[in-house]
Amino acid sequence: MSLIAQDAPGKTILLMGNEAIARGALEAGVKVCAAYPGNPSSEIIGSLSSAAGIMDLHVEWSVNEKVAMEVVAAASFAGLRGLCSMKQNGLNVAADFLLNLNLTGTQGGLVVVVADDPGGISSTNEEDSRIFAKIGNLPLLEPATFQEAKDMTRWAFGLSEDLRLPVMVRSVTRVSHARGNVRLDALPRPATRARFDTSRPRLAFPPLPSHKALLQKIDRAKAMAETSPYNLYRGPEKPELLLITSGSGWMYSLEAVINLGVQDRVGLLKLGTTWPLPAALVLKHMKQVERIVFVEEVDPFLENNVKELFAQHCMDVGLKRFYGKASGTVPSAGEITPEIVTSALQKMLNVSYKPRPQDYAAKAHEAAAELVPARSLGFCAGCPHRATYWAVKRALALDGREGFVLGDIGCYSLGMGPSGFSQMKTLHAMGSGAGLAAGFGQFERFGLSQPVLAVCGDSTFYHAAMPALVNARYNGSNFVLLLLDNSATAMTGFQPHPGTGRTATGKEAPVLDLKGICESLGAKVKVADPFDVAGTTEAMLELLEDKEGVKVLILKRECALVRSKRQKKLFQVEVNKERCLGETCGCNRLCTRVFKCPGLYWDRATGKAGIDEAICTGCGVCAEICPASAIRKEVA
Amino acid sequence: MALAKDPFNVIIGGVGGQGNVLASQILGHMLVARGYVITIGETYGASQRGGAVMSHLRLSEKDQFSPLIPEGRCDLLVSLEPVEALRILEPYGHPEVMSLINTRPIFPMDVISGTATYPEISKVISKIQALSKKTWSVPATRIALDMGDPIFSNMAMLGALSATNALPVDRQGFEQTIKELLPLHRLSENLKAFDEGNKAVQEL
Repeated sequence: MSLIAQDAPGKTILLMGNEAIARGALEAGVKVCAAYPGNPSSEIIGSLSSAAGIMDLHVEWSVNEKVAMEVVAAASFAGLRGLCSMKQNGLNVAADFLLNLNLTGTQGGLVVVVADDPGGISSTNEEDSRIFAKIGNLPLLEPATFQEAKDMTRWAFGLSEDLRLPVMVRSVTRVSHARGNVRLDALPRPATRARFDTSRPRLAFPPLPSHKALLQKIDRAKAMAETSPYNLYRGPEKPELLLITSGSGWMYSLEAVINLGVQDRVGLLKLGTTWPLPAALVLKHMKQVERIVFVEEVDPFLENNVKELFAQHCMDVGLKRFYGKASGTVPSAGEITPEIVTSALQKMLNVSYKPRPQDYAAKAHEAAAELVPARSLGFCAGCPHRATYWAVKRALALDGREGFVLGDIGCYSLGMGPSGFSQMKTLHAMGSGAGLAAGFGQFERFGLSQPVLAVCGDSTFYHAAMPALVNARYNGSNFVLLLLDNSATAMTGFQPHPGTGRTATGKEAPVLDLKGICESLGAKVKVADPFDVAGTTEAMLELLEDKEGVKVLILKRECALVRSKRQKKLFQVEVNKERCLGETCGCNRLCTRVFKCPGLYWDRATGKAGIDEAICTGCGVCAEICPASAIRKEVA
Repeated sequence: MALAKDPFNVIIGGVGGQGNVLASQILGHMLVARGYVITIGETYGASQRGGAVMSHLRLSEKDQFSPLIPEGRCDLLVSLEPVEALRILEPYGHPEVMSLINTRPIFPMDVISGTATYPEISKVISKIQALSKKTWSVPATRIALDMGDPIFSNMAMLGALSATNALPVDRQGFEQTIKELLPLHRLSENLKAFDEGNKAVQEL
């Protein structure tokens, strides 16, 4: 069943922004789609994989974003339409290839979708990927609605073929991870035959003529931007204030203007083609006003580009006042919200806005302050990572040399916080824990006496940690890599990877064995089950004592959420109320205060521990840590 | 059914892992099938890791609205967890809001570890009542546990919602939507949870 592959032109359905992007690609006759999972972009390939069978597509989860882009570029060189998608960090990984691909140009339509995550809701960083379009002289489109997410993606393929350039589509969380009505159009089934025309080699070198050709292409893109139907203006001909926006800012601005009742005072210029800018259109509206405000997410990209345009044409358009991130009118960090737009307009236009009575707001605030407890993020009930970090904490304490854990990106990043007992001490990019360990592991000669550990997930290992391990082996680094193998790319929605034996479309695939790969790189490898806390701790201690070279401890245990889809609890877990000594036990509530699994609770009435039947997934690890052996597990 | 307001703003709140994203998605599909224009915005990052989550659903007869409801403008709150209702009403409630609450708490890690306390449920409910024009309390998790799996709580809440008449949704639309969206082998259990939730509101 595929929601996005319905052959029902004219029908209106509810689609997530990412599904709408995927549908747009199908309506453009896309043939090859590739990505590495990363939120908020993951559902683009996720939904395309469900359509792969009926639409005869190649859809893959690639090992990383650079390879995904290369796979799709191969499609383009062979005359097929291709789409690759990624989050902002992914574009950093793929950028080296992209900034050469712009020079060689493309054949079949090639669309690069980048979903930015303003506010870093599901990211380590907040980054605006639009700057890459400017650096690379690539056309950039920003859909503002779900319908546009579909229609602009479809349009992007034609634009790419007209210009023979990759086209970037920039989405954001509130477009990609939101849902809305989308009217479907026809689904073509193009007859295509892949062929690489060797008389037209794709060689970036020598760069100078390629760069000149690229500049000519972007000049043609400027003319196309002027007539794009995705740039639109709403408001009076001569407004008091011109608001220029793109993407998610459009619907917030539209609603703010209505809620404030200032439709006849503010002109809204929504840009869909944001690089290159539709210069004539922007200048035409700029001429009518003195004050201009920008509403956009992450960097002042439109703001700075419009200011550049103004500098070029200031003699024709007259003096202006600009409001936006530079003036502090709109915050420079974090997501845009309806409140940010409303309050900026309120101040600039001197209008009042009260969505609810003041006494209600005070009452609601008082109730929340009195009764609502904080809800910190933590590992799920039964997560193998909690058990892993418990073992790390014990092993490092027993080892006693101030060892530390270097981390990277995945569910296990929560190891930096209370549910991972604050064991993880660094967090940057994919595979960076292993890379930092390759460095730290060589500093004994400079006096570093602390043992070095790194954590890395199974999917992350294939993505970026393998080169770090090669480097470590080659340069004689000494550390222990904990390879957390939970058989899924769990953080982003349980996508398969090269170790799972399945492809994106569910086909059987060879399993690229983690143990075999690590051994072939000359690492000493051990395998343990994190639910066996004692055995895991012992294995860690043994590897920490080994002072030679790269050691890998593979901690193999399936993600609790993946398992629960297939199988009920492993164990029935119960607290024996007689054995639990409660407050009088010397453990000082070890199970709840320190271990903190959400499946446990402290019953204040009896002063003893309990198991929450609605939450416990039956991993049985708490039974191992209770010093009074009061928690019993029985095979369910 | 003519809407009391346009847009009519609904928030479905709860804790990551309770299925609030799926509940909002099903509700959205049911409403689009009835010809409404829907926008849903979701807090995703923490969705499976015990954090507070919510979905904003905007319902209109004509226009597409933004995926975030402006503060102070929630017209209907469906909360899968009691204190989460108060967390949401603080910025989003107004005197005319209606609230449908699942009475079963999920203890935050902060409460489990002892750095915070969880209030008495009766106190939470009475505060929600004081902040809402109308409140319905439903033991949705109990209904699901009695069926053998807490996973059905969200479906029980959708059934409860259908009995409040706050939105134009019914069993027929629910059945049609879950047949399209969900694996069929759980169809009868999902329908049972819906019916039990509906009954719980009827019997209030």
